[in-house]
Order: sequence, then structure tokens, then C-alpha cells
Amino acid sequence: MTIARLVLWRLLQAVPVLLLVAALAFALEMVAGDPVTASLGPDATAAQRAAAVAQLGLDDPLPLRYLRFVGAALRGDLGVSTRLARPVGGLIAERLPATVELAGVAFVLSLAIGIGGGAYAAVRRRARSTRLLLLASLFGVSLPTFLTGTLLILIFAATLRVLPSFGRGEVVALGGWTTGLLTGSGWAALVLPALTLAAFQSALLLRLVRDGMIVALDSEFVRFARARGLSHGVVLRHALANALTPVVAAAAVQLGTLVAFSVVTETVFQWPGLGQLLVESVATADEPVIAAYLMLVALLFVAINLAADLLCLAIDPRLRVAPAGGA
Amino acid sequence: MRRLGLGPGGGIAGVVLAVLVLAVIAAPLYAPQNPYNLASLSLLDSLDPPSFLRGGIGQFPLGTDAQGRDVLSAILYGARLSFMVGALAVALAAAIGVPVGLAAGLAGGALDAVLMRLADAQLAVPAMLIALLADGVARVLLPRSWLDGAGVAILIAAIGLARWPQFARLMRTAAHLEGQRDYVAAARLVGIKPLVITLDHILPNVLAPALVLFALSLGLAVIDEATLSFLGVGLPPTRPSLGTLIRVGSDYLLSGEWWLVLFPALALAIPVLLANLLGDAIRERLGPRVRARP
Amino acid sequence: MTLLAVEDLVIEVPGGRAVDGASFTIEPGEVLGVIGESGAGKSLTGAAVIGLLPAGARMSAGRILLDGERIDDLHEEDWEDLRGKRISAMFQDPATALDPLRCIGAQLNETLNAHHPMIEKVRRERVGDWLDAVGLPRERMRAYPHELSGGMRQRLALALALCPAPELLVADEPTTALDAPLRVQVAALMRRLAGRQRTAVLLISHDLHTVAAAADRVAVMYAGRIVESGPAEAVLRAPAHPYTAALLAGLPGVGPRRARLPAIPGAMPLPGTRPDGCAFHPRCARVAPRCRREAPTLAPGTAACFYPLTAQAAHG
Repeated sequence: MTIARLVLWRLLQAVPVLLLVAALAFALEMVAGDPVTASLGPDATAAQRAAAVAQLGLDDPLPLRYLRFVGAALRGDLGVSTRLARPVGGLIAERLPATVELAGVAFVLSLAIGIGGGAYAAVRRRARSTRLLLLASLFGVSLPTFLTGTLLILIFAATLRVLPSFGRGEVVALGGWTTGLLTGSGWAALVLPALTLAAFQSALLLRLVRDGMIVALDSEFVRFARARGLSHGVVLRHALANALTPVVAAAAVQLGTLVAFSVVTETVFQWPGLGQLLVESVATADEPVIAAYLMLVALLFVAINLAADLLCLAIDPRLRVAPAGGA
Repeated sequence: MRRLGLGPGGGIAGVVLAVLVLAVIAAPLYAPQNPYNLASLSLLDSLDPPSFLRGGIGQFPLGTDAQGRDVLSAILYGARLSFMVGALAVALAAAIGVPVGLAAGLAGGALDAVLMRLADAQLAVPAMLIALLADGVARVLLPRSWLDGAGVAILIAAIGLARWPQFARLMRTAAHLEGQRDYVAAARLVGIKPLVITLDHILPNVLAPALVLFALSLGLAVIDEATLSFLGVGLPPTRPSLGTLIRVGSDYLLSGEWWLVLFPALALAIPVLLANLLGDAIRERLGPRVRARP
Repeated sequence: MTLLAVEDLVIEVPGGRAVDGASFTIEPGEVLGVIGESGAGKSLTGAAVIGLLPAGARMSAGRILLDGERIDDLHEEDWEDLRGKRISAMFQDPATALDPLRCIGAQLNETLNAHHPMIEKVRRERVGDWLDAVGLPRERMRAYPHELSGGMRQRLALALALCPAPELLVADEPTTALDAPLRVQVAALMRRLAGRQRTAVLLISHDLHTVAAAADRVAVMYAGRIVESGPAEAVLRAPAHPYTAALLAGLPGVGPRRARLPAIPGAMPLPGTRPDGCAFHPRCARVAPRCRREAPTLAPGTAACFYPLTAQAAHG
């Protein structure tokens, strides 16, 4: 019941934000969009144009047009790209698989490196390898994504010539989805972009997990668990679970950050995903695509934050009690 | 530095960073070349390797690019531009965030709720993505003819707009705490505007964390600028920033002119690493109150 | 045969010796209460017995024997075999001693299974038995620690520490975090459950009510040494060492009936600042010149004092 209420409350809070972003997108459309020319072409007569204005409802009051805009967006009708003269919805659907695969692999990679490395650094607090790991993580959190990617290309593609520096490799179509995960060249092409995208996140996670794990290992419940003879492995597992609770929310939010920085990674590696589409659209002021992106980003981050909250609830029983409730 | 209690690492990082920033600001005094002066360039000098390598010329210590531009000079001028954009963008962010936070904290109620909801919603999205979208919106809204001249202004506005919420949050907390004090209620009773009286008390309290946030944001804003320029929606190749230089240079990655990428990349990475070391040291000293976000 | 023997234990912390030559023994099934002000070295002694000295503390001399075998020089892997099964421990704060993420049944289940693997159904029954034994309803098997009161948590901790049926339980301030009325209750429960399975207890507490409710014998610790020991009844009723008497005098309802004193004047010396002679002499009302020169030693069943309050060997 509490969970249902939380979800509902969060969604209610998100509605005004989403409507505001939609209003911004609508304003863009109002200022820069030219739906008459888009539908009739530049050579239409004045009469044709007037008819189109009436037919498209462009002389209706603004609030009505705003509602119509929101309704169309909800149905997936996001207008037509001025640069590519294709429906934005279709463009996004076409680019989505590349971004999802890149961000997904990078996410798994950053979880593995961040949690594994963080736990290691906490357990082997004074080891030489730990110091190296922490130094690497300093680079990871400091270097901008595009620099990491460029340096990786310089090393592995330009100098060692062992990995490709651009594109997705060979892709396989599965229904409406294209995947690079079924071919060797697809995986080879994924290595550098995924490492680049994961670098910052994994370094950040590593530091968070390490700090949490050090606190957990020094905690009283770990001492009590050892005192009653639970094995080293079991104790470490419980300590890690406790160290991870505060990290879960951060990790889930990282997924959003991954999507954001996939924009940069895709540009570095000419990865044919949503991010590249956005950058090209910004550079050419392709209004419908930018408007669609505004709404997409808002929606995505609302969803991610909600998922983060729910995940925390699932893991930590203490959060499931209403904080104001009695003892 | 030792007196600030930053420890040896943070102190050294701070000193080196300060020297670097001063050196970059003073670049026109000693840079071998003015990279904006196209007349001084010669295509005969194009793509020379650094002077310490075979085929390099002493005149161009870090080599030249395809236009025959001295890479060292381009880096110095580019870093100058990057730092300037970053500083102005953070100043803009503070100029928006500080009044908004003050207003929200002092007014409370609905205004507070709306402004802070907005700030939180924006904080959930990485600043780089906000800046990119803001850049896109600006490009859509402004007439084409303006775009070339206004590139720097758009960039500053986009990054500034992306970074105001943290300043607003900081100020809001301080103003909110101070607004609850008795003397504010008393002042209200005798008809003094709360803003007037609280400013005197709030500003000293937030000055230190605000300055730290300003400094930390500065490094991140420089990265934002470099990233946008790298993506090709920042500064044009005619007036290249560090990001632009790296983008242009990365076209030559596979053809062997590595100095076009490596040196600008180091010029960006070293100050950023130093800033992070300094930031860690300051955070350790001030506690977790201040944290800038990517 | 003696179960636990601690001989001339010395534990060093930054600054000096926190435990400075403490010796005592525990017989099988016996409850030994160690009392003293905080900082006397009680908890460090307990930590050394269970092999979990905190970082920075180091055992630099002495021996600890369990059933006649040295355990103070064991490697961590050997300790893992020993802990739970033969020596177990519980600590002061029930709020932080339990894993907050797992329900209490799972924590009992896991501890039982670690030492006595048994089939799922039997184990589930044993978990229920232990909850019964410490007065928690079986239905609360799925409850999480944060849903329990402080007293319930500490009773659960008691079940967790005792369920592997160890020969010795180190109970370090097990009642200190509880409200006064609960202390005696938990102490009595501990005595009953430990006695049921013949687990000896090293009960460390600065709360004399707790010790009075549970201990067979009492050892009084001051500045890292045992200054008096003997049967609980005798020591608490007729203390021989002035320090013990002063401790008891600060307490209503226990020991010689006297006006309650606010506290013992002065403070216990910190590690590394132990005065010459008897460590208690600067605070002692009965101090004599000899006390400043010579350190008294502890003979079995007596007090380490040149001028004891009761006749020599009063505790037998």
C-alpha cells in the first residue's frame, strides 16, 4: 500500500514537470516550426496555404493547440525532421537499439567494475593493487568522456590497431530491432565505446562502494557475525549487501547519466544511436527532433528516478516503514 | 595552503593549478604566434611534427595543424577561451541561482515548492545534457544570421542555465535556516523587509561554501564547454577552444598526426585532474556539505 | 578442568598499556562477572578472548588458554573454526549488532546452519525454539531488526550468540544499552539459557545489577588489572578492595547499606599514565605511604590491596 502510494505520488509530482517540458517543446514548434511548408512544400499558393492552416487547426487558440500537441506526442507523433524530412518517431525507433545496447553493456560493465573493485579496495585496504585501482578511479572521475574515448582510440585503434574506432560492426535485424550482440565484429566495435562510457560511472561507483564497504566492515553487525563464527565469505557478502544499499539509488541514477553521456560517446565513435542524432540535430537546429528529445529526456529521467526509489524499497526493509509511523 | 589545512597533495595541486591558470591568461604576452591572425599562417608549415621529433622545427615546439597553425599557441589561446567561457558560465549560474534560492528560502510556501521542484527536476538530469539541449533550443530560436557571432554567448548561456540549481539549493538552505530565526520575525513586526536584514546574516554564512561550489563548478563548466565544442555545437574551428582542438585533431587520429590530439587533451586533462585533487582536499576539509555534480 | 585461563594479559593501545597483566580463570558452565569503570580494559580483555581486538590494539604479552590450549596465537582461519562453536560473543549495542537487511529468522537460521548443518525442516523448528527461548513470538520470524524494540533485539542477539552451543560466551556490556528495568531481566535470561546448555559466560559490565543477577563469581578490574575476585555473593556483600567498596557505594540496593556517593573522586589513569605503587592510590580514601611505593599483587580469592576492608582470605 505504501509502495503504491509512493509510485502514485511520484507520478503526480512528475506530471507538472513533464507538462512544462512539453510546453517548452511546443514553444519551439511555435517559433520555428513551419507545418504548412512541411506538408505542402515551398511552392504552394496562398489559397492552398490558407486551406492547410485551417485544416491543420493552426488558427485555433493556443491552449487547444498545446493540448493537441501533447496528445500527438503521447501517440508517438513527434513531427517531421526538417533536416532528414522523415517522421521523428521513426528516426528515434531506428536509432534506439544502438543506444540501448551501448548503454546497457556499459551499465553492466560499470556495475561489475564498480562493485567488484570497490569491494576489493575496501577488503585489501592497504594493498599496492588497491592504490593503483584508486589512482585509476581518480582518472576515471576526472577525465571528460570524450577525452577518455579519444585516448582509447589513440591507444587501441591508432597505435595498437587491435580494435575498430567507429561504427557498430555487423548488425543483425531481429524484427524491428537491430543488434550488434550476435556478431564478432559487433562485439569488437562495442568494446571501446562501452569502456569509454563506463569509465566515469565505474570509477564513481568504485569510490562509493569502497567507502560504504569500509564502513560496513567496521560495523558492529560484522563484528557480531564474526564473533558467532560465520565464515569470512558469508560475512563479506552481508557487509557488501549493506554497503550497497546507499549505492543502489546512485547506481540507478547513473543509468540516466549513462544515457546522457552516450551522446558524447556516440559522437566519438560515430555510433549510430540516439545521441549522435541529437548532436546532429542541435548542430543543424533541427527543431522537431530537439523538441522530441526534450520530452524524451524528461520522461526517461522521471522513469529512472522512480525505478531507483522502488529498487531501494525492495532492498532495504527499513525504508518500507512509513517514517512518521510509531515504534 | 598549509594553513588552510588542505594537506600536501591538495596544496601542491592548488599552487600548480593557480600557476597554470595565470600562465594561460597571460598567453598573448608570450605565445609564439597569434592563432587568430590567419595572415601569419603559412600552409608550407602544415602538419609539422613537434620540434623534438625527426622533421620538427624549433619554431613549433608542439608541431602544427593542417593550416600551419602552431599547436602550442592554439592550445594556449584555446585554453584561455575555455577558461573564460567556464568562468562566465558559472558566474551566470550563480547570478540566476543565488536570487532564486534566496527568494525560495525567504518566501517559503508555494513559491519555494515550485522553484525547488524545478531545481530538483533539473538536477536529476546531467548538466552536460541540459546544456546541449539548451544550446539546441537557442539555435532553433535565434535567427541563423546571428548564430556565428553569438556562438560564445550561446555556449555561456547554455552552460550557465545548466548549472544554476546547485547555487539555488545552497542559497535556499541558508536563507531558509536564517529566515526562521527570531530576529527575522522581530524585524518583520517592525516593518523591515526580511530580505534586507537576512542578507546581512546569510551572506557571511554561505560565502565559504558558495565560493567552493563556484570553484568546483568552474572545473566542471570548463569540461562542459570542451564537451560541447568537441560535439561540434560549441566554438567554431576559427576560434578554437580546447574541445574544438581535440575534435579537429581527432580527425587525424588514424593518419598518424597524434600531436594534434594528445597535446590539447593533456592541456585539458591536467588542469581538470589538479582541480579534482584540490576539490577532494577541500571537501575533506569542509565535510560533505558541498558537492558539485557532473 | 578450567575452561578459560587468561594469564598476565597485556594489551597495548596507542599511548600505552590498556590491559596490564590481567589474570583470571573460568570453569565450565560458570558465569564470571567482570566489573569496573569504563576504560578499565574490560572490553579489550573480552575482545582478546574472542580474537577480535580492534585495529590499533595489540596483545603484547600473556597467554589465553581454552581447555589448556593456547588460542591467542591462532591464525584467522583457525579462529573461524573456533568462533561460534566453542567461543561466541555478544556486544553492547543491539541497534547495530544485527544485519538490518535480513529478517531475524534468516539470521538465526544462518547461524545455526554454519555450525550444525541439519535438514531444512529441523532447522526451521530450531529457529522457532530459540525464538521461544528468548521470549519472541515464533510468528515474528519474518520480522526485521528495526521492527523490534531494543530489549527484543538484545534477546535475539543472545539467541544468536548462544545457538551454536558454545562452551564460552563473551558478553560485553550486554545490558548497557537497555533501560534499567530490562537489564536484570536480560541478565537473568542469559544466565538461565547459558546454564541450560552449560555455556560458561565472561560477563563484562559496569552495571552491578546485571552482574549481581547473573554472575557466580566476580572479578573487579581497575586500570588494566584485576584488583579483587571471589564469589559474587561475597564480593558484592563484603568487598575487600577499597575500589570495589567505592563502586558499590555508588549504587543503591546493592552491597553495604550506605549513603549513595555521587562518584569516586578523581579519574582512572589513562593507558600510559599509571602512577607508581597501587594504581588506585590517588583516589583511595585509605591511602598509606606504602601504597605509593609498592604495587600490591592479587592472591587467589583476595584483593590486591595492602589494607583490605575485610579480613584476608575472607572470600575463601
